[in-house]
Amino acid sequence: MVEFGGFDMPLQYSGIREEHLAVRQRAGLFDISHMGRVRFGGDHTGAAVQRLVTNDLERIEPGRAMYSMMCNDQGGIIDDVVVYRGLGTALVVINAACRDKDVAWMRDHTDGGTVVDDISDQTALLALQGPGAERILGPLTDADLEKLRPFSTVDGTVAGVDVAVSRTGYTGEDGFELYVWTASQSERLWDALLEAGTPAGLLPAGLGARDTLRLEAGLRLYGQDMDEETDPFSAGLGWTVKLDKGDFIGAGALRDIKKRGPERRFAGLGLEGRAIARHGHRVCVDGRQAGAVTSGTYSFTLGHGIATAYVSPELAEPGTRLTVDIRGTTAAAEVVPLPFYRRST
Amino acid sequence: MPDLSKYRFTSTHEWVAPTDGGVRVGISDYAQAQLGDVIFLELPEVGRTLSAGERFGVIESVKAASDLYLPVGGRVAAVNAALTESPEKINNDPYGEGWMLELADVDESAAQLLDEAAYKALTET
Repeated sequence: MVEFGGFDMPLQYSGIREEHLAVRQRAGLFDISHMGRVRFGGDHTGAAVQRLVTNDLERIEPGRAMYSMMCNDQGGIIDDVVVYRGLGTALVVINAACRDKDVAWMRDHTDGGTVVDDISDQTALLALQGPGAERILGPLTDADLEKLRPFSTVDGTVAGVDVAVSRTGYTGEDGFELYVWTASQSERLWDALLEAGTPAGLLPAGLGARDTLRLEAGLRLYGQDMDEETDPFSAGLGWTVKLDKGDFIGAGALRDIKKRGPERRFAGLGLEGRAIARHGHRVCVDGRQAGAVTSGTYSFTLGHGIATAYVSPELAEPGTRLTVDIRGTTAAAEVVPLPFYRRST
Repeated sequence: MPDLSKYRFTSTHEWVAPTDGGVRVGISDYAQAQLGDVIFLELPEVGRTLSAGERFGVIESVKAASDLYLPVGGRVAAVNAALTESPEKINNDPYGEGWMLELADVDESAAQLLDEAAYKALTET
C-alpha cells in the first residue's frame, strides 16, 4: 500500500502488467475515491464555474461532462478538472493532492450566492474500465448504457446502490465511473462488480496500472506533467481554453501566452530499448539539454519505453530524434504523436 | 519452495549459491515481489572483476530502478543473456532461471552474508 493524497491505496493487486492488460483486453475495477468531488449550488452556479475554469460549459448540455483547466491569474494551471454540468448545479472532480488548495481557491473566487460543497468524504468513486465494462455493468443497473454517450452521465442504481453512472475514465478505454452518493455503500458495490465481472476476466486494478494506462492514452497527470508554473498551451491543452467565452480567471494572461506562443511544448517520446525514462530525466540533442521528462514508463501494449517531456518548440515535431539521459546512460528516443495508444472502435 | 539451504543472502536482497567451479548470483523472491514486473536489467561485461558489496548493475520495474550489489567478490564468468529479452524470468523463478551472473575466482573475504533463516528473519521484520 502506498500513501497518496492522504489515502492508503494499493499500488497493485495482482501485478501492474496483469492489471494493465486486463483493462486493455477485458476490464479492470479501480477504487478512485481519493479524487476530490466538489458540488456547486446556488443561483449563480453556472456563472461561478464558468469564471473558475478555462473551458466553456455553455457548449455542453446538462448531464454531460467536460475536461478543463482551472488557472490562476498568470495562466498557470492550479488543477486539471472534470466538470459535470447539472440543472442549476455542477460537480467538479479534482485531484486528491490539490483538494485543499482547490477548495480554498474556489471559495475565495465565488460570491456569497454560490455554495461550494466538498462532498469527497461522504461519497465514493469507482471506475470500471475496459472493452468488457458495458457487458459487466449492464445486467447490474437500470441505467440505459447503450444510450449513454462518452462524457455523459445518468442517475441510477447499480446492484441496488444509488450512483451516477458516467461514461468517462482515465485509461483510454471505454468504461464507466460510478459516483456513489453514500460512501459506506461503495464496498457493497465493489463486491458486486467484482463478482459479476470475474467470469469475464475483470481484475481489481491499482494506482500502478492506472498510471501506465493513462500514460499510454496520453492523459496528463497533475503535479507531474504540469503544475502552477505550466500554462495550458505549453501542456498541449490549449483546446481546453476558450478565450471567446467571456471573462474568466487567467483569461488575460492566457491570451498573451497564446499570441506569443509557448516557450516549450509537451511532446511524446518513444524510446528504444526497455530502460524507463522518469520524471526529471534530461532530454538532450547533440549532448546538450533541450528539455526534461515529465512522465515515463514501459508500455505493456507497445513493448517499449514511452515518455512525455517538455522540449523547445522546434523539437516537438514528430520524427525528431532526441536522447534521454537515464541515470547516466544515453537512450535514443523519437518524438511521436500523442496518444501513444488509441483504442480501435 | 526451492531448496535454499545452499543459498546465502545479503541485506540488500541479492543471493549467492555455489555451482560447478564458481557461484551464481541473483535477487531474492522477496526482492522480486517488492519490485513487481521486471522490465529492464543492466548487467556488467563478462571478464570484469568486482569486489563484494560493489554495484554490479541495475534492475528496473515500472515502480522503480534499483542498484544491484555483489554478495561476494569475483570475476564475471557469464551473464544470463536470456534475461535481456525475458526479464520476467526474475519474477517467475528468482532462484532458478532468473539467475543474473556466474562468478569465478570467488573472493568471500569481505562478504557479509546471511543464511536462509537469518535472511527470512530480516524480511519478516
